[in-house]
Amino acid sequence: MTLIKTTYNRRSFLKSGSLAGGGMILGFSWLASCKPTPEQVSNIPKEWFDINSFLKIGDNGMVTIMSPNPEIGQNVKTSMPMIVADELDVDWKNVIVEQAPLNTDIFQRQLAGGSQSIRVGWSGLRMAGATARHMLVAAAADAWQVDASEITVDAGVISHAASNNSAGFGDMASKAATMPVPEEVKLKETNDFDIIGTDRLNVDGPNIITGKPLFGIDIQEEGMMIAMIVHPPAFGMTFKSMNADAVKSMPGIKDVFPIDVYKDETEKQWSDAGGIDKLVAIVGESTWQCMQAKKALNVEWEESSALESTEGHNVALTKLLNTSSKQPARKDGNVASAFKKADKVIERTYSAPFLAHNTMEPMNFYADVTAERALFNGPIQTPEFLEKTLASRLGMPVEKIDIKMSRMGGGFGRRLYGTFGVEAAVISQHMQAPIKLVYTREDDMTQGTYRPTYKVKYKAGLDKEGNLIAWHVKGAGSNDDLLFENRFPAGAVDNYLAEKFSLETNVTTGAWRAPRSNFIAGAEQAFLDEVAEAAGKDPIEFRLELFDRAFKNPVGEPENNDYDPVRYAGVLKLVREKSGWDGSEKNGAARGVSAYYCHNSYVAQVLDMSTDTKSPTVNKVWCAVDCGIVINPMAAKNQIEGGIIDGIGHATYSEMTFEDGKPQHKNFDTYRLIRHKEAPKEIESFFVDNGIDPTGLGEPSLPPIIGALANALYKATGQRHYNQPFITEKSVIG
Amino acid sequence: MANFSLKVNGKTQEVDVDPTTPILWVLRDNLKLVGTKFGCGIAQCGACTVHLGDNAVRSCQLPVSAVGEQSITTIEGLSENGDHPVQKAWLEEDVYQCGYCQAGQIMNASAFLKRNPNPTDTEIEDAMNGNICRCGTYTRIKKAIKNASSISNA
Repeated sequence: MTLIKTTYNRRSFLKSGSLAGGGMILGFSWLASCKPTPEQVSNIPKEWFDINSFLKIGDNGMVTIMSPNPEIGQNVKTSMPMIVADELDVDWKNVIVEQAPLNTDIFQRQLAGGSQSIRVGWSGLRMAGATARHMLVAAAADAWQVDASEITVDAGVISHAASNNSAGFGDMASKAATMPVPEEVKLKETNDFDIIGTDRLNVDGPNIITGKPLFGIDIQEEGMMIAMIVHPPAFGMTFKSMNADAVKSMPGIKDVFPIDVYKDETEKQWSDAGGIDKLVAIVGESTWQCMQAKKALNVEWEESSALESTEGHNVALTKLLNTSSKQPARKDGNVASAFKKADKVIERTYSAPFLAHNTMEPMNFYADVTAERALFNGPIQTPEFLEKTLASRLGMPVEKIDIKMSRMGGGFGRRLYGTFGVEAAVISQHMQAPIKLVYTREDDMTQGTYRPTYKVKYKAGLDKEGNLIAWHVKGAGSNDDLLFENRFPAGAVDNYLAEKFSLETNVTTGAWRAPRSNFIAGAEQAFLDEVAEAAGKDPIEFRLELFDRAFKNPVGEPENNDYDPVRYAGVLKLVREKSGWDGSEKNGAARGVSAYYCHNSYVAQVLDMSTDTKSPTVNKVWCAVDCGIVINPMAAKNQIEGGIIDGIGHATYSEMTFEDGKPQHKNFDTYRLIRHKEAPKEIESFFVDNGIDPTGLGEPSLPPIIGALANALYKATGQRHYNQPFITEKSVIG
Repeated sequence: MANFSLKVNGKTQEVDVDPTTPILWVLRDNLKLVGTKFGCGIAQCGACTVHLGDNAVRSCQLPVSAVGEQSITTIEGLSENGDHPVQKAWLEEDVYQCGYCQAGQIMNASAFLKRNPNPTDTEIEDAMNGNICRCGTYTRIKKAIKNASSISNA
């Protein structure tokens, strides 16, 4: 039996109350770490309705569960409430899910990022459901004058067999609200879960297929105007002047004016990062009118810093990799002497370009700012950070700022950086009216916040028996030093050296799905394939030998190695079994393998590529995943499939390049994204069933697939691929 | 500005807009039918797909002045109760992740299945190639279209 103390949550108050007309409302702070304000403590009934952090049970037995975190397509709006519902023992068909608004006093980490929503939320979500269940049982025990321990609950029905009593949640809800909140509650054994681990359809599915207004860009409010921005055409340029008189008189145009998104005297906050400090705003009655005005407007820009180019970035990164770091990120043994002793030494360099996030829903935000308060609604992965930035920029306390979270048409890290929210605020404040800011695709793609461009150089030494005796990695990226020096193969090689460098650029960068891992995994796993080949070993066997070493006799302190070699080996063995890997081609298909650990989860993949067409096609991907307990397998597989297609697509086709600071791709006519025909024909996913608490799932399938792809391409074409996108090298897919 | 009488989802609607306005923005801004999505504005992503008569078209490239008498169907009007075979199949396969591109995918798939009720995998891939899904739900979309094809033919 697992007991969980509810007491830590009592700091932010776990309370219950009655609903008007019958029913129970349980306020809980499933992700709370917070400090209750004096008003919250003294004014309990009001709090229920203020805090919006609750689970409601109606007198008809319907249960409303608030989903605390932003939804970007990772499906937390379904999976987080599933965890509450399982511990509550309610029938899932009687659950209604609502998106919670931002409330930093009550919720902790209302954030979509780092694949952490489920991992961080897990215990609190379970506790919330178990507490409500406990109180319903206590109410029934009191009503029937029986011992609570003899009561059973199944799918929203409370029963006491000996007295032949039975009641629905709805019948007991009002009474349950009067029961004391327990000091501790019992959690289910993992094998007693009946919602967790089962396929449940996306709760927003019926609204998505009928085109309901779910997304930020769909927001329509009374008196709302449309706003657009014009930003500098190049990184390194800034606003100088404009003549907007003619444009201001265009049909439907209300105003055209420069805005200071970031005001000099304020301290730079999270959502100012990566933004463009000064922009031009266009406000009008309709989107099309604003677009026409945007085309007609002439703005003069001036150079404020260097106008960079892709060629310059490449040269600078190469130069960095030819230098030595005075303070290596990690050093075990002595690589220099090991390379001297080595029988074989292999050295390879890999690179990848800047990438735009390209969420299908372009950046947008609704703002209604008055002197008294500010209301916002829209797609944001970091509503709390945005609120703080808005408070700073508007000079308004956070209590007067209200942010609602719309469903997001994709995130991939882009909406971690909410400068568009600040832009919307400043425009609304200027207009003294509600506005919805909408970016065009061109604005969205050329604004920046890109995945950094990277280069990494690997050098490996093998002894006569084909054992890996030395590993030297040097990584560099734009505004990002790329390496995770304590990840595999650190700990598995006696002589290990990791050096990292960051290239300062004025092209803004940010987290892009599986930051750093999205490049380093593919490079490392492709390099390892070459090293295994040089060692004359099967690539899976070669990796397993290294994990065995890291497990039995780790180099350095085991806690300094950021992975569990047993779980790592576990996914490789599972994918070997499922794909029938024996080191040879299957049915004429070329195969590649890859494995990676990130976001606390382990993924191994085998990719089969047909070689019977002019250009290779991905036939099938087998994917083994260890992310602990899987909440919703159907949705989990969707995340895995998406990550695989995303990884293959970007590594093969996508890049952002620059000339004179200008982004060279502005829309999907020249910025290529993977399409239907190029996607793998089949993807099969397998999860390790180990009962361990859940870990990340939205990101971990992306990084390794790039290695599996490169390794299969080599088998299919005889050519190794070092530079992304692979389409710029000789062979292509699909 | 000019007046246009449009047949949208079986209803006639009057709008007063610039004749160059793409139907996408007439639907979204004037008629408040926001199910049709803005993705690229240059007919590259398919998020804005609607039916003009029986044909799937990119509403971001279709000026209101070019519509005339032809009827327009959007995702909101594809079926009365969200029970078109393609919508049902999408639900069953739990296709979507973020969901933003799916109205366009569904509108394209439903027009395609009307022309070709029993498509092969390759025909599906070819027909759907103009609709980008950034989340990568392509394999599920293909399954759902095959599923919808069998629902329609049952």
